[in-house]
Amino acid sequence: MEKVYLTIVLAPLIGAIIAGFFGGRIGRQGAHWVTIAGVGLSTALSFMVLARFIWDDEPVFNQAVYTWLISDGIRFEIGFLVDRLTAVMIATVTFVSLMVHIYTIGYMADDEENWPKDSRCGTNSYQRFFSYISLFTFSMLMLVMANNFMQLFFGWEAVGLVSYLLIGFWSTRETAIFANLKAFLVNRVGDFGFVLGIAAVAMYFNSLDYVEVFAAASEHADTQVALFGGVSLMTLICILLFIGAMGKSAQVPLHVWLPDSMEGPTPISALIHAATMVTAGVFMVTRMSPLYELSETALSFILIIGATTALFMGLVGLVQNDIKRVVAYSTLSQLGYMVTALGASAYAAGMFHLMTHAFFKALLFLAAGSVIMAMHHRQDIRDMGGLRHYMPITWITALIGSLALIGFPAFSGFFSKDAIIEAVGHSTIYGSGYASLLLTLGVFVTALYSFRMYFLVFHGQPRMDAHTREHLHETSWVVTIPLILLAIPSVVIGWMVVEPFLVSNWFASGDWNPIVVAPDHDTLLPIREDWHGQWAFVQHGLTMPPFFLAMSGLGLAAALWWYLFARNPRIDEQLQAMGGPLTKILEAKYGFDTFNQKVFAGGGRKLGTFLWNTGDRTLIDGGMVNGSAHRVAWLAQYARHLQTGYLYHYAIAMIVGLVGLLTFFVVL
Amino acid sequence: MYQFPLLTLLIWLPIIGGIVVLASGDRATDISKWTALGFAVFTFLISLGLWTGFDTTSAEMQFVERSAWIPTFNVEYFLGVDGISMPLIILTTFITIFVIIAGWEVITYRPSHYMAAFLVMEGIMIGVFSALDAILFYVFWEAMLIPMFLIIGVWGGPNRVYATIKFFLYTFFGSVFMLVALIYMYFQAGSFSILDFHTLQLGMTAQILIFIAFLLAFAVKVPMFPVHTWLPDAHVEAPTGGSVILAAIMLKIGGYGFLRFSLPIAPDASDSLDWLIITLSLIAIIYIGFVALVQQDLKKLIAYSSIAHMGFVTLGFFIIFTILRDPSATGGAVMGIEGGMVQMISHGFISGALFLCVGVLYDRVHSREIAVYGGVINTMPWFGAFVVFFAMANAGLPGTSGFVGEFMVILATFRADFWWALLAATTLILAAAFSLWMVKRVIFGEVKNEKVAALQDLNRREAFNLGVLATAVLILGIWPAPLIDVMHATVENLVAHVSLCKLPAAEAAQCILAVPTADLGLAGQP
Repeated sequence: MEKVYLTIVLAPLIGAIIAGFFGGRIGRQGAHWVTIAGVGLSTALSFMVLARFIWDDEPVFNQAVYTWLISDGIRFEIGFLVDRLTAVMIATVTFVSLMVHIYTIGYMADDEENWPKDSRCGTNSYQRFFSYISLFTFSMLMLVMANNFMQLFFGWEAVGLVSYLLIGFWSTRETAIFANLKAFLVNRVGDFGFVLGIAAVAMYFNSLDYVEVFAAASEHADTQVALFGGVSLMTLICILLFIGAMGKSAQVPLHVWLPDSMEGPTPISALIHAATMVTAGVFMVTRMSPLYELSETALSFILIIGATTALFMGLVGLVQNDIKRVVAYSTLSQLGYMVTALGASAYAAGMFHLMTHAFFKALLFLAAGSVIMAMHHRQDIRDMGGLRHYMPITWITALIGSLALIGFPAFSGFFSKDAIIEAVGHSTIYGSGYASLLLTLGVFVTALYSFRMYFLVFHGQPRMDAHTREHLHETSWVVTIPLILLAIPSVVIGWMVVEPFLVSNWFASGDWNPIVVAPDHDTLLPIREDWHGQWAFVQHGLTMPPFFLAMSGLGLAAALWWYLFARNPRIDEQLQAMGGPLTKILEAKYGFDTFNQKVFAGGGRKLGTFLWNTGDRTLIDGGMVNGSAHRVAWLAQYARHLQTGYLYHYAIAMIVGLVGLLTFFVVL
Repeated sequence: MYQFPLLTLLIWLPIIGGIVVLASGDRATDISKWTALGFAVFTFLISLGLWTGFDTTSAEMQFVERSAWIPTFNVEYFLGVDGISMPLIILTTFITIFVIIAGWEVITYRPSHYMAAFLVMEGIMIGVFSALDAILFYVFWEAMLIPMFLIIGVWGGPNRVYATIKFFLYTFFGSVFMLVALIYMYFQAGSFSILDFHTLQLGMTAQILIFIAFLLAFAVKVPMFPVHTWLPDAHVEAPTGGSVILAAIMLKIGGYGFLRFSLPIAPDASDSLDWLIITLSLIAIIYIGFVALVQQDLKKLIAYSSIAHMGFVTLGFFIIFTILRDPSATGGAVMGIEGGMVQMISHGFISGALFLCVGVLYDRVHSREIAVYGGVINTMPWFGAFVVFFAMANAGLPGTSGFVGEFMVILATFRADFWWALLAATTLILAAAFSLWMVKRVIFGEVKNEKVAALQDLNRREAFNLGVLATAVLILGIWPAPLIDVMHATVENLVAHVSLCKLPAAEAAQCILAVPTADLGLAGQP
């Protein structure tokens, strides 16, 4: 199987290299065919692997590919760990990636127009884009298939790099290159914690190999570290690693980069900033569950951060008018749900939501991209409306995506979100009450902003200018086919996998159980005990508050932005004006950006200038270096008066000296 | 047994080459350029013999040549390499090739003299790395100043006189103290052999004085805060090739000095003064990181970034004492030193490449001001890609060589102290900030002015230089094991040596380092 796994990883890389370096020679056709072939091969093999795990009882694969280096007895390796958890991830990643590759043919078809005439970057930008997304697929696969912390970090940073390159893809736009720098730096703040977490693991376990570390984890359950007046080792490691996840999975307060990342072309918003890369943190914590289970403090921390992100970022989504930003805030909020699930030890539910979200959010982004193409790259939802008449496939698929997102019964999001809310409700660790409340309220908010966008875009009277309206039409098949192919799992995947994921612990194979849950943290136990099939689960959901909240959110959205809006087009502004200071706070996104810009960016520059001027230029160069030169010159000014050139001055000096020396010797 | 004098050849071949090129003069510049390149490439190929013939299992000096030089004072012509110096010699011969190529068309004023200076410089630097006699070392050490003085002074920028004087006095100031220490040890050991110095028993006072004397010499070269201010000035005034040699190799000589002299000769003093070096290293990483952020001049920015990165080298070298002192520590000392070494090699590639990149821009626009540029990638896409790549490597992106050393040093530092590791890890943010902010302002954006609009992309020579260096950065990042293997035996031996107390019996009570070699890294779990 090693060859299969290597092929899965390397096929996209080879595609990326060919398209990247020889893009000019192979042309646009060549570039998209070679990358699609690479990712397609990966996808096929990933599904084969998944199938073998489902039906053939494929053994867990854990093997080094090569040794990176050995130092001080620690082996740093590049290797793969493929179990059922990984198999699910690679299938999801490659499938969404393949859809995005195909979609990109349509989306980037006229990319030359996005570049100024005098820019040579416009030539072959199409090929470059394909190269980047294939490179991303490679990096993401390296991340999820890693069998050790170092390779995890490799993949972690590599997806960050590609994200940087793609957010700033249109490098002549000031907003884009601001956003990509911001994204990279904020992620680096997370990585700062992450690397320290890895260092802690290396120090205490003398290994970075997952299996070795997890096996030894319980021995360190009670180890204390003399920091902050004594803290458990596991808490330290888990929180440090989670800081990395907060960066990558955009949790408060490191979420600030994700909305800005929408400056990148839409296909990558779907692939990187919704379906795959941002969920890396969720996957990482799930993978590390044997460690996280040993620290309730870390779990509480995760729970609180996740729940805060889930509700408060969803609220910001209510006041956004850019179609992509609404979806971006929705992504933040949904990531919050996944992370909260992790905090409640419902890792399986977190993974479940990760998977369903990958499909329906990729779908929503691609649908948004389809709308943007039809609208000639205008993204303000206030200027849309009535698009359902012009683009039926986009309309229906977007509706499916929205229903899945709000957790409409029997859609995929329903199963995963309900499972999370239920699990958090059963959690008893510190902060679970808070989290439970926020998540439940979040369901209402999700429905409200999702359908505000949906109604404003697809229903009502068309509000775009006449020229745009004349050219409105459904996008080409390379765009609509991926939409349809993503819409199908958005509907059915929840129904299909809820039982193996949540009930029968399908992830465990043989004696290897990737998702470890301590007995007293087992918040999914009530679901398992009470399991009577999917249909019963749906029926049970219909009696629970989240269902009513979702429906009332949907209903309110329909009332406001469908019924009332048709009569009063200014309803949206009036509502926001009614919000008063609350709207202001939401529009300012709670002031995170302003704060960071002033304190960190501005403060850093000020500190740098101060240190340079005062430290280097004034004290060291002025005082020590040139200062000592000046001191010597000054001394010489006086010393030279001694050298008068008169013989009798020298004679007297000699005699005085001689007498002085004689006296000295005689007296002693 | 007759052994081929490989090191002698490596030292003198480029020097003879330099003389030949100098003699050929500027009448036929093509011939002298090709001659210079031929000598550089040939030297590099020969130096590979060091790698292939090197016994990685041995910590002994290899390729040893030893004969009397000044018998009266027992000064010898004594050469040899171990796992620490050998990679640095290959780095030297490798980088020199690019320096010669980079000066090919750009240097119009006496190009043959320019090439000759670099060839001579190469020979002298190889001499520094391979000398095992203190006087021989000192001669090479000081001789190194002459070609560099000329390179900056003759082919430098407008303010070159200030820069050369500053450079010369700074480094000379440091090395005088080193000479005193070397002579003191000669009287103790009765020979100038550095290997004899290593086995000397020295009292604490003597060790501390020797340590400080060496520190003054090496700290200036590295350079460490607060004796670093000559470097930005020297870089700004130096021609591209000079900057490359300065950053890629000359700074490494300071780091090399710590490993060859300070640690093994004065381990007890190093142990008791390690806090000083660690503090200065952390200041270099953080303080200099912030200073680099606000530089307006591309070369100054990279110069400051070099100082910050060299902070990791000294941190890795001196973090080991905290680990060795801690009876519960489970290794980490070897990783610290190896990390510092990898960082030196990697920084040689990356900073060399970044200075070449600045050179590419300077040759076209004749300005190093960041504000002059903007949107360069629109007219120079290949160049832009290289700059982004090297900036990422400079920010320590995994998969590039910049990551390896930093990662190892952070891992080792964490074993010594959480807070130091935390401070060191801020480089993840700072290095990314100053590297990528520069990229944003220079490379990305709209074409800023007509000068940028008129830029031509890389020519073949420039593309070759940057391409080869990028490959080296990638290979070292993806598979650093061969480099570690080469130095492993030597570093383990060094750590074993350093962890033994060298104080004479009368002062044995003061020994903190008394760990028997066999216990290294095997002590109980924390």
